[in-house]
Amino acid sequence: MTRAVAGRGAVAGRGGVERRGWGATAVGVLLLAVMLFPVYWMVNVSLQPSGSAVATPWIPLHLSLHGYATALTQQGGHLLTSLLVAAGSVVFSLLVATPAAYALAHFRVRGAGVVLFGTLLSQMVPAIVVANALYGAYAVLGLLNSVPGLILADSTAGIPFAILIIRAFLGAIPVEVVEAARVDGAGQIRAFVSIVLPMSRNALVTAALFTFLCTWSDFLFALTLTTTEAVRPVTLGLFQYLGSYVSDWSSVMATAVLASIPAVVLLLVAQRYVSAGVTGGAVK
Amino acid sequence: MAEAARLAMARTESVPVPASVPESASGSAPGVAGRWWSARRRERLTQVGFLLPAVLYLGAFFGYPVVKNVVMGFQHYTTATFYTGAAPWVGFANYLAVTGSAVFGRAVLNTVLFTVGSIAGQFTIGLAIAVFFHRRFPLGGMLRSLLLLPWLIPLIVSSAVWRWILDEDNGVLNRSLGGAHLPWLTSTSLALLAVVLVNIWIGIPFNTTILYGGLQDIPQELYEAAAMDGATGLRAFRYVTWPLLRPVVTVVLVLGVVYTLKVLDIILGLTNAGPANATQTLATQSYQLSFQRFDFGQGAALGNILIVVSLLFAVGYLRASRRAVQS
Repeated sequence: MTRAVAGRGAVAGRGGVERRGWGATAVGVLLLAVMLFPVYWMVNVSLQPSGSAVATPWIPLHLSLHGYATALTQQGGHLLTSLLVAAGSVVFSLLVATPAAYALAHFRVRGAGVVLFGTLLSQMVPAIVVANALYGAYAVLGLLNSVPGLILADSTAGIPFAILIIRAFLGAIPVEVVEAARVDGAGQIRAFVSIVLPMSRNALVTAALFTFLCTWSDFLFALTLTTTEAVRPVTLGLFQYLGSYVSDWSSVMATAVLASIPAVVLLLVAQRYVSAGVTGGAVK
Repeated sequence: MAEAARLAMARTESVPVPASVPESASGSAPGVAGRWWSARRRERLTQVGFLLPAVLYLGAFFGYPVVKNVVMGFQHYTTATFYTGAAPWVGFANYLAVTGSAVFGRAVLNTVLFTVGSIAGQFTIGLAIAVFFHRRFPLGGMLRSLLLLPWLIPLIVSSAVWRWILDEDNGVLNRSLGGAHLPWLTSTSLALLAVVLVNIWIGIPFNTTILYGGLQDIPQELYEAAAMDGATGLRAFRYVTWPLLRPVVTVVLVLGVVYTLKVLDIILGLTNAGPANATQTLATQSYQLSFQRFDFGQGAALGNILIVVSLLFAVGYLRASRRAVQS
């Protein structure tokens, strides 16, 4: 927030911020072209009739959707599984993280510092360590090869992040606003639901988007906590393509394109939340 | 806070008492003081209730795994354990086996090279791009946000794409190099370099975004003052930008190290830790011990070593972020 203000101030202040011209734009476009070339290549190969042994042409002259047809037939179910797990994890993460973030930002509860410290520390725990212990526990509880099992495990990425970013935002809501509601007779929970939640919409959207993306991208828990075809996210489906000798790259790349859709949608539709998420989660 | 609670209590007295109110609040404790006390207690309970789900979750999905891994590290814990329930105590045997194996030295070296190489590349290029975007130019904001794409797409997707780009015979990279036949992912001498290069590509957007944010926070007046003293260009960067960016730089570097240490997706997707352990790291080795050789005890031992390394950086991170908050 201060950042935006500072930036605007610098611009308005005087002509001092040197502006570059269209030359810089050209350099920027070139830079972007280099950085995004692999993404272009993914789309290019996915549209080739048969991206197999022959060298792929630079542009898809003979458009073919055969890759997508194969991808949807073989990976359609996996895409749905990914969607289900990611959506479930978003709901679960926000339900758990939002009240906690509010408590950490506004209450003086004993042990709050410990919880915050634990949340920060949890981000340092490698997923492989979590998976290693969860495998045994899941086997006992019957959570292997299950959607709830994956939702719970995948939320290890979402919940700490959501707590930190929502807390950073809620800290900016003045205490007086909540107290005014309390004075008007609202209970703690009602004040939270009807005052705090609507005010923190942006933070919730940011947390939800990033939780979705993290969960959708999860590979390790899918790899370790599923053993059968029953519940298989698309990341694992893609990995299995790579496991054997790949003869049909256009199908693999079509799957890769389909698996990238959430990221692209997020970038195009929810741009302003993205930078907030990247910076907010890391620095605050 | 207390004032508000008392006022809230005074208001609720005139309305019917909800059914869920604990007995102590509606009955036994007589007098204003008693009611006041129980209201506070209710308030406290509600406050704890807000935290409880998160505490339970963090305990079950971070606390338990960490403790369980420490215990498993001292046990002979295999697939048989799931059937018999028996996991014999073996002392430090797992640690000795893991650190004594021929792969361990290679994995440690690879982990260091992978982490240092990735971070150095990501940070340097990321900073250069951040500085480039710092001065405004037409469409700059849009280009900068599109740059995030490589970081947002799933890691396993990136590794799939790069697998085909780096393909020895038909990959577009070799074709661009004039039909070279460099075995990027299949030779023991090139594979680690290739994996590092791909990881640099993935990490640049993150570094750029955070460092750009840091640059935006530096007051323009400082540059003006420095310019009056004759410091522009590189000198301004050296004496104004760099010192003020330091806290952000520390955070980016330490976060980068912590994330990079535990990376598995990229390596498994690109090379599956091969060829001949050429890209084997502590994280991939821990995965293979547990989930391919089903020796969960040894996998846990290696995972614990990884945690200790990460923790050392976690301490660094917390100290760095505290300094960032203070400044």
